[in-house]
Amino acid sequence: MSLEINNLSVEVGDHEVLHDINMEIRTGETHVLFGKNGSGKTSLLMAIMGFSRYRITKGSIVFKGTDITRLPINERAALGIGMSFQRPPTIRGLKTRDLVELLSRDNGGETESHAKSLNFSEFLDREINHGLSGGEIKKSELLQLMAQNPDLILLDEPESGVDLENIALIGKVIKKLLQKNLRRLRTKSGLIITHTGLILNYLEADRGYLLLDGGMKCHGNPREMFNTICNLGYEECARCQR
Amino acid sequence: MSKIKEKALGAAEKKAAYGPDLDLSSFKHKAGKHAYKADLAGIPEAEKAGMADAGMILSGEKRTGSYIQMDHSPVHCSVREEGVEILPTMEALKKYKGLKDYWWKAVDVGADKYTARTELDFHNGYFIRAAKGVKSLFPVQACLYLSEEDISQNVHNIVIVEENAELHIITGCTTAPHLERALHIGVSEFYIKRGATLTFTMIHNWGEEVAVRPRTAVWVEEGGTYLSNYVCMKPARSLQMAPAIRLMGEGAVTRLNTILVARKGSEMDVGGSVHLEAAGTRAEIISRTISTGGNIIARGLLVGYEPGVRAHLECNGLMLAESGNIRAIPELDGRVAGVEMSHEAAVGKISQEEIEYLMARGISEAEATALIVRGFLNVEMEGLPAELKQEIDRVIAESGKSLM
Repeated sequence: MSLEINNLSVEVGDHEVLHDINMEIRTGETHVLFGKNGSGKTSLLMAIMGFSRYRITKGSIVFKGTDITRLPINERAALGIGMSFQRPPTIRGLKTRDLVELLSRDNGGETESHAKSLNFSEFLDREINHGLSGGEIKKSELLQLMAQNPDLILLDEPESGVDLENIALIGKVIKKLLQKNLRRLRTKSGLIITHTGLILNYLEADRGYLLLDGGMKCHGNPREMFNTICNLGYEECARCQR
Repeated sequence: MSKIKEKALGAAEKKAAYGPDLDLSSFKHKAGKHAYKADLAGIPEAEKAGMADAGMILSGEKRTGSYIQMDHSPVHCSVREEGVEILPTMEALKKYKGLKDYWWKAVDVGADKYTARTELDFHNGYFIRAAKGVKSLFPVQACLYLSEEDISQNVHNIVIVEENAELHIITGCTTAPHLERALHIGVSEFYIKRGATLTFTMIHNWGEEVAVRPRTAVWVEEGGTYLSNYVCMKPARSLQMAPAIRLMGEGAVTRLNTILVARKGSEMDVGGSVHLEAAGTRAEIISRTISTGGNIIARGLLVGYEPGVRAHLECNGLMLAESGNIRAIPELDGRVAGVEMSHEAAVGKISQEEIEYLMARGISEAEATALIVRGFLNVEMEGLPAELKQEIDRVIAESGKSLM
């Protein structure tokens, strides 16, 4: 088992943003989160990663058999959780190249070739996320993940703000990160937030979830769920109550 | 009595416009003599480490020349390159008959008690001149060293970069490891002629109780460039300086970078002013200040006198401790329509969001903080030779470690 979330409730400030969430991601599986803006999808990813603003009030998160509910962020990362952020902060004076090289210390330092595969080479010497477009930010995030090489990859809207050509490129990289070419020996798992569903054209997902007002309302085949949402809306998808 | 003396006497008690007032009588006028060393290698071992920390290379390699003064005594002066001249100021005054076009021209001797004191109780300093068209490859290094307790060291420096010449100077001001309290006053007058460039890098490494009052003014002629990099990672008890740059000729350019840290107990009032007096002049003032408990005032003033001049001012402060204080005071003064001047200022602590973002990459909280601080201090220093840039990076990295 890669990730197990049991009865998880999370607060931001005084407001409960997630109520009693349960989910399980088996090793090698990719799951997808659907839901309206503000439904709690990003909060769930941030809580799994361990951000201090997302206070866990109830339940537990278990990763590869270890209870990580109270672990600091960097220790979760060290255990093998990595995340691509939707709106990462800018860090002035720190070059993307320098950070990526620092992260890939144990992974052979393939910064240049990774950047090339993302068409990102010309941005390597920019400060982290400074003056980057939406699409470039996604690439910067993936480049950092490639260096980090995590076992559980949390992707927050990897395709938002990305043009169609680049979605194909990003899709390919994510597919590789998740070892979609391997079937039996796959060790990488994923949890992806998507609004457009476009990313589903590039990689197979095993299960979908619908979050509504901080609660898990439905799970099932991600393709079918996405079609229902597209045709009938989120509420209708929630109504089937599987 | 000369006019200059008269003016100095008149200003002997005049308080400075900024910074805490110092009681000059509490510092000794006289200092013991240090022997002159014809060879840099002759500098006492005990002093070498501190000088190296302030950017000095004591083998003299990759340096166009060296000037070293300990307390009131010039202890070494040498040049390795044709066309560059380095002298103790007193000798230059003799040789050039009072340096009348340069002596107290850019700096007003009557500005305050510190300028006055330097005239009335004058302890040498350096005179550096690059001849017309000379482009020196390596920097000239100058070190002003304080080793005797409670003295005041009042130096007067003159730098002249003749037409189309190019000169780099790295100056390190530092104190002996045992020294606690002393005063350094440095009057510096720099003259950059038509088409010439001066890159002036100053690294300060002070003892905890040292008071520092630099008084710098720079005149830049047509097409000239003045680039200044000031790094102070080992702060003094009290530092106040506000170099004034006049861009007097068409197309003159300046860029002032300041990087400094104030520890608990430090009072640092730093800033610079640039007067854009001619058409097509450009200026940039950038400061990055960090308080680990000390008080900082970061000033900047741009004055535009001609339409079309362009200038930008950036004062960013980072608070790393609960105590301490950073005041950023950026000022813009447009004297005519059509000047393009802007500023930005930001003071705050390290953002938790940035730290956690890096932690999500597997980096510890301490290392993430260090990366962010190093990034904050990473100012692009345009026009700096790679070797000097490395030197500054090294000083920042070394001192940065002890900040955490």
